[in-house]
Amino acid sequence: MSISTVPPKVETPFRRFVAGFCESKVAIGGLVVCTLIVLAALFAPLIAPQDPYDLAQLDIMDGRMEPGTVGGAGFTFILGTDDQGRDMFSGILYGLRISLSVGVGSAVLAGLFGATLGLLAAYVGGRTDSVIMRLVDLQLSFPAILAALMILAVLGKGVMNVVIALVIVEWAYYARTVRGSALVESKREYIEAARGLSLPTRRILFNHLLPNCLPPLIVVGTIQVARAIALEATLSFLGLGVPITEPSLGLLIANGYEYMLSGKYWISFYPGIALLLTIVSINLVGDQVRDVLNPRLQK
Amino acid sequence: MTVFLLRRLLQAVGVVLAMTLLVFLGVFAVGDPVEILISPEADQLERERAIRELGLDLPLWRQYLVFLGNALQGDLGRSFVFNEPALQLIYQRMPATLELALGATLLALLIGLPLGLYAGLRPNAFGSRAIMAGSILGFSLPTFWVGLMLIMVFAVQLGWLPSTGRGETVTILGMRWSFLTWDGLLHMAMPMFSLSLSRIGLVIRLTRSGVRENMVMDYVKFARAKGLSPNRIVFVHVFRNILIPVVTVMGLELGGTIAFSVVTESVFAWPGMGKLIIDSINVLDRPVIVAYLMLIVLMFIVINLLVDLSYSVLDPRVRLESRE
Repeated sequence: MSISTVPPKVETPFRRFVAGFCESKVAIGGLVVCTLIVLAALFAPLIAPQDPYDLAQLDIMDGRMEPGTVGGAGFTFILGTDDQGRDMFSGILYGLRISLSVGVGSAVLAGLFGATLGLLAAYVGGRTDSVIMRLVDLQLSFPAILAALMILAVLGKGVMNVVIALVIVEWAYYARTVRGSALVESKREYIEAARGLSLPTRRILFNHLLPNCLPPLIVVGTIQVARAIALEATLSFLGLGVPITEPSLGLLIANGYEYMLSGKYWISFYPGIALLLTIVSINLVGDQVRDVLNPRLQK
Repeated sequence: MTVFLLRRLLQAVGVVLAMTLLVFLGVFAVGDPVEILISPEADQLERERAIRELGLDLPLWRQYLVFLGNALQGDLGRSFVFNEPALQLIYQRMPATLELALGATLLALLIGLPLGLYAGLRPNAFGSRAIMAGSILGFSLPTFWVGLMLIMVFAVQLGWLPSTGRGETVTILGMRWSFLTWDGLLHMAMPMFSLSLSRIGLVIRLTRSGVRENMVMDYVKFARAKGLSPNRIVFVHVFRNILIPVVTVMGLELGGTIAFSVVTESVFAWPGMGKLIIDSINVLDRPVIVAYLMLIVLMFIVINLLVDLSYSVLDPRVRLESRE
């Protein structure tokens, strides 16, 4: 209905992209869930019935309550409580904030870093190119989880350290992708024209070359956000990620691990569902974006 | 072929050297083992003796050279904690990890190839859509959480499968294996499945896109025109071409699977290398960390080499290129 309010239907690349994206109902569903999750994380203090960090609001008597029990503070623990009497629903909302900001933050930083190096490699070429690409190969030949594990073993726990580890693990994907498309683009006439006008290299790289390498970068970026969130959760689960004072979803799951064997499933179960929904919805969106932007699949 | 192999081997040695330096420096930046290993009640003399015994009094570059020299003789130091050669510790735990990773890879191929073939041949069927949605789930499910849920359902509620350990083992060639006993297989079932989930998704996707790309190629049209049966086209001609990327990626992923079993092993208390490395990181047992990393790097290089070789066996074009 909103489409009909825009009278001149000029086909712009963006509209073509939106139309292509909307072809898949699953992807739209993914986008809706994804948006809801981001909103829930943003407005967590307004939605959550309890501030899980405020010790004054916690009552140890409410510990390990089953989902649906009414606690001492008067509201229902719809997803149960953990061993400290913390409302799991509130804990998950606040955990989402940490998981999402670590995931998105590291993906953006890695994107900036990787894209710059990729552009440089493609545009300058020669020895710069081979040094950067050897580094990329070295990085990619080593599994992300191990590299991150080692970096965190060196740096220690902490939100910033996790972000640093994720950036180091992820930049190579962006660098490789951007280099690939920049190599093709830099042979085009408009770059030659920009060179002919003797524009500064920085301007050619970021104002002319980079915008034309964006489509694959966006695809990699979306999928890397999901990967980063999953990796952060895994590291936190292993006890090497975020500190206990800033519990992400992974740490919440880890906290419920010991209660699992006694049948108190909800402490681990619901944070896992939240994590799963986040990752799946981002992946669904990323998948469709890739299909729409992939020239080989275009009709 | 020999030149190609030699060049690859030389490159490999270079990478190994670079990695030893990186790993060594990286691990050295981690805390001070003296603080952790020597009891605070020890007097000055005891402390110094312990430091000398562990070789921690030498300058960093000397320690590196000593380490490198010893490494060449297959000695990667003694564990600070177990006081056993680090390599031996890892070697003892390696079969557990290997059988887990190989089992997971095999399971992924057994489940993923048929599903991917089906999804590729009938891309619009309902079943194919379900398979593809499932493969996204396979990618997205956090391994450790799947592990926990499996434990909850099959160990706690149903009581069918044991939740931790390796179970009964059989000793072959001095190594203990679980997959040869029924009890061991029961213990393996859950870790293996949770480890293979993301690999199943990967195999499905690779197979499907391979089928879709190959089915429109000229050689398939030609085979059809020649009157070959559809089964023969798919299972002999197309399947061979699909196997190349699948084998490569699964080969490359084997290293990743072994690395990722760190997580699975921690969840199921599977006594493999992965659990050892997590424990070692927690107590800063440097020699074990270094030895583990060196082994993993070495393994990756060997895997890459093998994949390259198998490539040239499966795809004659690669052989031609390297000869030129």
